[in-house]
Amino acid sequence: MNRPAYKLALLGRDATLWVLTLLLVIAIGTVFPQFATLVGLKSVLDDTSILILLALAQMPVILTRSIDLSVAANLALTGMCAALFNHAFPDAGITAVIILSITIGTLLGAFNGALVWLLEVPPIVATLGTLAIYRGMVFVVSGGAWITNNKMSADFLNFVRADLLGLTLLSWLAITGSLLAYFGLKYTEVGRGFFVAGSNPEAALYAGINVPRMRFIAFTISGAVAGLAGYLWVSRFAIAYTDVAQGFELQVIAACVIGGVSIAGGYGTVTGVVAGCLFLGVIKNALPLVGISPFWQMAISGFVIVAAVILNARRGQSVRRRILEEPST
Amino acid sequence: MDGQLDLHAGEVTALIGENGAGKSTLVKILTGIYQPDSGVIQLDGAPVRIHSPADAQKLGISVIHQESVVFDDISVAENIFITARPTRCGLVDWAAMRHRATRILAQLETNIDPARPMRELSVAQKHLVQIARALSHDSRIVIMDEPTAALSHNEAQDLLRIIWRLKADGRAVLFISHKFEEVFAIADRYVVYRDGTAVGTGMVPGTSVDQLITLMVGRTVDQVFPPRSGQVGPEVLKLEGLCRKAEFADINLAVCQGEILGIYGLVGAGRSEVTQALFGLTTPDKGRVILGGHSIRIRNADEAIRLKIAYVPEDRQRQGAILPLSIQDNVALASLKSLSNLGFRNRLQTRRAAQQWIDRLQIKASSSVQSLEELSGGNQQKVVLAKWLQTDPKVLILDEPTKGIDVGSKAAVYKIVRELVQRGVAVILISSELPEILGMADRIAVMRRGRLRACFHRADATAEALVRAATDA
Repeated sequence: MNRPAYKLALLGRDATLWVLTLLLVIAIGTVFPQFATLVGLKSVLDDTSILILLALAQMPVILTRSIDLSVAANLALTGMCAALFNHAFPDAGITAVIILSITIGTLLGAFNGALVWLLEVPPIVATLGTLAIYRGMVFVVSGGAWITNNKMSADFLNFVRADLLGLTLLSWLAITGSLLAYFGLKYTEVGRGFFVAGSNPEAALYAGINVPRMRFIAFTISGAVAGLAGYLWVSRFAIAYTDVAQGFELQVIAACVIGGVSIAGGYGTVTGVVAGCLFLGVIKNALPLVGISPFWQMAISGFVIVAAVILNARRGQSVRRRILEEPST
Repeated sequence: MDGQLDLHAGEVTALIGENGAGKSTLVKILTGIYQPDSGVIQLDGAPVRIHSPADAQKLGISVIHQESVVFDDISVAENIFITARPTRCGLVDWAAMRHRATRILAQLETNIDPARPMRELSVAQKHLVQIARALSHDSRIVIMDEPTAALSHNEAQDLLRIIWRLKADGRAVLFISHKFEEVFAIADRYVVYRDGTAVGTGMVPGTSVDQLITLMVGRTVDQVFPPRSGQVGPEVLKLEGLCRKAEFADINLAVCQGEILGIYGLVGAGRSEVTQALFGLTTPDKGRVILGGHSIRIRNADEAIRLKIAYVPEDRQRQGAILPLSIQDNVALASLKSLSNLGFRNRLQTRRAAQQWIDRLQIKASSSVQSLEELSGGNQQKVVLAKWLQTDPKVLILDEPTKGIDVGSKAAVYKIVRELVQRGVAVILISSELPEILGMADRIAVMRRGRLRACFHRADATAEALVRAATDA
């Protein structure tokens, strides 16, 4: 049975982005061959891995018609806590650090979720508040001090850089995360619940879905991943300070939007989000090569977001129901 | 409300009552959305508690609501199994879902592709998917709230056959409807509600439409349409060769002052699309609109309103009214300029106007500041009508104006339309209800698949002729 037209149209939304990214890589590769090599591309993946994880975690949040502006602040706070813990207990082992990070992140995310679920605070308001709170707390727990690599144990630093079959563990985490997200959203009841809750929150009640509770779960997941990302970031850049990942939440949301996740909720694909992240990652890594300043990067990202939203909106509306029947002769 | 209801396996029980009589409340209690303050629900003689929709589903109760409960971004198959996805080892089994969806849709004799996103379906198709959902639960009790409101005549007949099959399977069907022909065609038992209380129950063969109406309304109501009177004036609106890609073509219509032009057709025939183009919501690709002798171009609804054209849309929840707003705010929506002084709203004038309409259209509400969310569907529709009547239109387009409204309210609407027509307003009435269009319209145009198929004068129009033209049978 051949694929119906609309299935191809939906694939088209994601495919365009993949093709675009590929074209970009080829284009830059012709001018700077080192970019399009395996080493170069692996480096781009490594650099984009944290964005991929955070964007995938943001996806359920946006699916349920919410938004989590506090992810970067969460990341910074847990990263600082991880670094502090590691500094105080350098022999505790990497597992303990990871568990700590995820736990703290989960609690921070659950706090957001509780504000939205129990106190019915609109997500944008709640996470705008926690963005400031968590960011402020980084200063409080660290006393303003910076933790640099000479205060980090070898385990702490080596984990993300460890090589496994040619890719760093960090890259593998991103790949694993993508697979988990794909299967979770497609094959679990909770995963499907995100789509239902966002597609029609009023009707979701009749379908037995508790929308505020789904949002709580989404925020908790977002927080947990942000927690893990906190450790990953601090370890990868070998530094923890107050302004870690400042403003990164906008990159995360941009990646989702470029990747076709509908801000109105109910629609989004994992492949799209990953494509969005890679697209941004390629741009970020290519611009310095080409000699364009990082400030242009923001402008280009912004332009791409707007273009993506317009393109996605157009695609979604292209189906006009055929009523008129052509006259038969 | 003070409710009482007995449902028997293998029987269809019709739940009849005016809007606001308590039917929706009863349904919401049965499906776990509301909790009763007192009283008992028994299943097979044993008392049960229904605390949530999940409880209701577990007890084998499923419901098809009047307003669509569908998820546009999700496929048809998943919509069908939205509360109970087939699983294998705890994971969603998409293959099984598609397979079972195909089977159920085949049972409903429709060829909707289960993999399609719900968004692409027409209103009638979405409704069928909801029915498929009820079938998928293998429920013992199936509640249907105005199930044929959005269906064409043929689709409704198909549905009645499906209900017959449900009956034969030993299920109990609770059928809420205002269409007496259907009640008498399919129901075994009836229960009539008025003002929140069950006022009568019995076996359908032993009663008549008049008796049921009397019970519903508490007084005898003549189920006739107000008689035609008054002169038909000069032609006020003409559509010449109107075309719009993929929607309609070669539409030639004319309506005179003091005349009701009915447009009949199956759901999805393109009737609303034509009037939406007329009202400026969309732009036609070809053709002319001639208003009062002048060829005009209506680019948006604002221009249409200024030209004294009014459009009461089909979907009151989304296109007709703003539900969180009050009655008076809704009534004022299309007349804000005339109800304001120097840019500031004149609240006294607005309230007076709203109260006037509440009285004239017999809108059941506690006051003019009550939010539309709290009103029943029929009363919401009356507010939408009031909003447009407030603009004092010369041409009034009514798109399924009495869909899902009880007999008493319908009669009030017909009376108002007649009065308007007598005062010289030209009315375009889109309707899928044969008695309504035959009883009200002076001329009837029939559309099918985007084109005009026939035009009848009142005297020549019969139900058979209309249906034949609409289906090209």
